[in-house]
Amino acid sequence: MELAREIAVWACIVGGSVFCVIGGIGLLRMPDFYTRSHAASITDTLGATLILVGLALVAGPGLIAVKLFFVLFLIYVTSPTAAHALVKAAYSSGLDAPDVEEGSRLKGHLSDDGGPGDG
Amino acid sequence: MNVFVVGMIGVLTTMLLALTRAFMGPTVFDRVLAANMFGTKTVLLIAVSGFLTGRPEWLDLALLYALMNFIGMIALLRFSKFQNLASDEQAK
Amino acid sequence: MSRSLVLFAHLLIVWLLLSGHYDPTLITYGVLSSIGVVALVAHLGILDDEALPVHMGIRPFFYVPWLLKEVVLANLAVAKVILDPRLPIHPRILRIRVGQKTHVGQVIHANSITLTPGTITLDVRDGHFLVHALTTDSAEGLLSGEMDRRVSHLEANGARREARRKSGQEGSA
Repeated sequence: MELAREIAVWACIVGGSVFCVIGGIGLLRMPDFYTRSHAASITDTLGATLILVGLALVAGPGLIAVKLFFVLFLIYVTSPTAAHALVKAAYSSGLDAPDVEEGSRLKGHLSDDGGPGDG
Repeated sequence: MNVFVVGMIGVLTTMLLALTRAFMGPTVFDRVLAANMFGTKTVLLIAVSGFLTGRPEWLDLALLYALMNFIGMIALLRFSKFQNLASDEQAK
Repeated sequence: MSRSLVLFAHLLIVWLLLSGHYDPTLITYGVLSSIGVVALVAHLGILDDEALPVHMGIRPFFYVPWLLKEVVLANLAVAKVILDPRLPIHPRILRIRVGQKTHVGQVIHANSITLTPGTITLDVRDGHFLVHALTTDSAEGLLSGEMDRRVSHLEANGARREARRKSGQEGSA
């Protein structure tokens, strides 16, 4: 039982660290601001979740686990709000962005042709 | 090796990558994005280091930091948009 | 009135969980500050369906697990894209029509889209969202409209209440 918990703790914290670093790599690799913001949201969601869940497993049931849950809840509520405020400010200030396409017309006609990622 | 040390290394590496992006820019939004990510990682760093040193009470600081990071980013965006923190008038 | 009680109970529970000290003095402080916050919120007149969406009942408890599952799947997909040496991205901005009538519903929908890596809401304007999608897969997930349906279900009662309140206002005006 103790061993199973230990393994779960290691899996969560190491996994969370790996996802954080992947997000950081994405932040450096992605070509423009909007795509970078997707990379940042990886570290804010799965990276933070796994690390905090791992810590909660170490702490066991109790007030500390509740506080970890509060931190996680706060990250989950504020991070999309912050991300939205940031991209909205960038978009309305006229930062280079792809053209707007109508979602209803595109349905079922999406393809990867001609995208900047294929060049 | 202690599992918290591994977590610290992961979080610190991410912070370093975010700092790199913050220095590279090129736009102000990239820098704010990187600074915001740096702030979220600070929350995780405080939480992990609290466990590492056997003081989980540090979580209160992490909670506070998460809130301050959010407010700080909104303030920075307002500043970059209006050149002013107090009024809604667009700077001319 | 019942709304104030619900808010008070939530605030007090948060206080008790965060403080961790249960002697009479500190509990009194908690009760007093909870009453203070409730009074302040009531005075500002923002104690409505938006501040405290009680009409959703327990439905959020079914929505959140689904959302978390979607977030994990999207995380794995975007992580794979980042680690791919070819970096197979195809950024697009899509305008999608959303079915939510209330502001709470639209906020939940927009935040859920942003929380899911690979899609991020750029703008919310009269029943339409502008969404930036990182890859073709994430754009397809967005266009399937499943999240839209689930959030609409979440606010189903709220839309009816909003309509009733509006017709009530028109009737009295």
